[in-house]
Amino acid sequence: MLKTFPKGGVHPAENKLSKGKSITRLDPPKTVVIPLSQHLGAPAQAVVAKGDQILAGQLLAKAGGFVSANIHSSVSGVVAKVDKMPDSSGYRQMCVVIDVKGDDWVPQIDRSNDLKTGIPSNPDEIRAKIAEAGIVGMGGAGFPTHVKMSVPQGKTANNLIINAVECEPYLTSDHQLMMEKADEIIIGVMLMQKAIGAGKAYIGIENNKPDAIAHLSDIAKKYSSDIMVQGLKVKYPQGGEKQLIKAVLKREVPSGGLPIDVGCVVQNVGTAFAVYEAVLKNKPLFERVVSVTGKSVKNPVNLLARIGTPISELIDVAGGVPEDTAKVVNGGPMMGKAVADLSVPVTKTTSGILLITEKEALRPEMFNCIRCSRCAGVCPMSLEPYLLKNMVNVSRWEDLQPEHVLDCIECGSCSYTCPAGIPLLDYIRLGKANLNKILRSRKS
Amino acid sequence: MELIIYTVVTLCVLGAILAVILFLIAQKFKVFEDPRIDEVEAQLPGANCGGCGLPGCRGFAEACVKADSLGSLFCPAGGNAAMSKIAEVLGQVAVEKDPMIAVVRCAGSHEKRAKTNLYNGIASCASASMLYSGDTGCPNGCLGLGDCVSVCTFNAIYIDEKTGLPVVSDTKCTACGACVKACPKNIIELRLKGKKDRRIFVSCMNTEKGGVARKSCSVACIGCGACVKACAYEAIRLENNLAYIDFEKCKLCRKCVETCPTNAIHELNFPPRKVKSADEAPAGETVKE
Repeated sequence: MLKTFPKGGVHPAENKLSKGKSITRLDPPKTVVIPLSQHLGAPAQAVVAKGDQILAGQLLAKAGGFVSANIHSSVSGVVAKVDKMPDSSGYRQMCVVIDVKGDDWVPQIDRSNDLKTGIPSNPDEIRAKIAEAGIVGMGGAGFPTHVKMSVPQGKTANNLIINAVECEPYLTSDHQLMMEKADEIIIGVMLMQKAIGAGKAYIGIENNKPDAIAHLSDIAKKYSSDIMVQGLKVKYPQGGEKQLIKAVLKREVPSGGLPIDVGCVVQNVGTAFAVYEAVLKNKPLFERVVSVTGKSVKNPVNLLARIGTPISELIDVAGGVPEDTAKVVNGGPMMGKAVADLSVPVTKTTSGILLITEKEALRPEMFNCIRCSRCAGVCPMSLEPYLLKNMVNVSRWEDLQPEHVLDCIECGSCSYTCPAGIPLLDYIRLGKANLNKILRSRKS
Repeated sequence: MELIIYTVVTLCVLGAILAVILFLIAQKFKVFEDPRIDEVEAQLPGANCGGCGLPGCRGFAEACVKADSLGSLFCPAGGNAAMSKIAEVLGQVAVEKDPMIAVVRCAGSHEKRAKTNLYNGIASCASASMLYSGDTGCPNGCLGLGDCVSVCTFNAIYIDEKTGLPVVSDTKCTACGACVKACPKNIIELRLKGKKDRRIFVSCMNTEKGGVARKSCSVACIGCGACVKACAYEAIRLENNLAYIDFEKCKLCRKCVETCPTNAIHELNFPPRKVKSADEAPAGETVKE
């Protein structure tokens, strides 16, 4: 029986064009731009300066607080500058720019393909290695993994849920990773189980990847009886952690709460692989799998790219920018953000680069709300998007709070489904920002 | 007949009793309101713009009556005229304030600042700036989506379609500051209106290095510091590659305007220059009505 979350959700056309394309390793580019804030929380503080010789895997910047992550070099070469550069939002932030020379890695990193299975007995050691390697949630939010792994006192995390749902249309990077690195992922899951003391681990995979479900189940049986692979009905946004917990364990995270409140920790499948590499191969997080895809892309691919590679290089491998491209999106079509410039770098959270055609990118003409209530029907958080939008229109920011606007996970199902073409999420996001501003000013 | 008499009598008695009860309750719960509040409120513009920082004109009137002196209270919309009348009502002395006006510190018109991408989200600067840096290369420049226009209660600001920039009306703007708060890029500033409405200001907010700023906009301040050197009154300071003219110190001598290599310093409402033809006076920056 396939499970899913009970309320809301949509099913956009899947368009998994790069499905089954094996992961190709991309050579390091001539220069990389590595942003110092690729995660949620405080930006990392640079520990290198212009002119320094750098090896791949060397620390570039130290975590700038508890909720922050280390940043490592993805290439070997010389630091050209430490300066503000535009990131994918167009705003400037501190970046380390490195001119690439050769491809020499820090000697501690095990570059062989041998599978390692020795799980350290001390959970603190695993956590320390995860923090050292600068691992962040690779699904897109970029929350530092070691923070999620530190279970607060008085709470227990009995269940580790691995998010291998990949509910975003087009993206296939996680799917391909599961097909090629299943052993490593399962060992990564076991490492994380050990680190948080979780008895059970569940890997949630949507049913549009039956090969991954079968393959991971087989491999999981080999190592542990506590890892269960759970097939899920295809429904967006099942990859939201609250939706995934509801789907797998039928537990509901309270409003404003965290998964740990219901005894769960949710991690992405890509994070599991990164944890394996960090703990057993001493390899910091400096490369990741990126799907480059789109309807008119000549050759949709899954690439293993170094962090800091300009996305234009990835697009070149996929056959260049097609003529009818209207938008280049960093991420999936539902939650990704369009980039303003193709020179922006791949970061730890870039799961895909999507080239959207003019036909798809066209926003429908906006009409008045016809009160069909479809947005309320598809909202997985049981909010009323039309109502929130009306409140935002008249600047009733404080009234948004009792309507639980802060519970919105910004999945965009409401905008997707609206027959009047109203970009509801844009309004809700605006409301959230203004409400948060008011709440912050009250605190201080 | 009898029925009618009974009805009338009952109703009259009932009415009388209720009237007495209402009268007694009204006496018991009577709230004394200073009659001066109404008088003060009558002197205010009644736009409820919030420029004074209090909840509407009534709130301001109450604060005026309650306050010991009018020193810290000022109605920007009513200005000195309204304040002196209020002072008369309350028998106090009004503090004269120089009139202020909202100034748009961005000159990146469509011509001077090329678009690098197209934005097709909702028409709100706050929403766009949250999403990304904007549809031009300048991350500090005006987005032109009109958040300032929609908050203005005085119809004193509009977006010029030719330039894509907001234009403030000298006569209508009351310096309530609503647009200053609404602008997510902090482009709009309240500055002294100046003698004969003459003003000089740096019309740029770009904090990037000179070359980068110039690349995205031909009238960007490049932080060269020429104006700082030219100013005899130490009114100009340079921070984060951006010059800022302190309007309290500025003597309106116009020397900085001449030295600026990118024409980022604007002068408004000055008579044309004698020697050179005044081509740097930006068209459509501020209009006199």
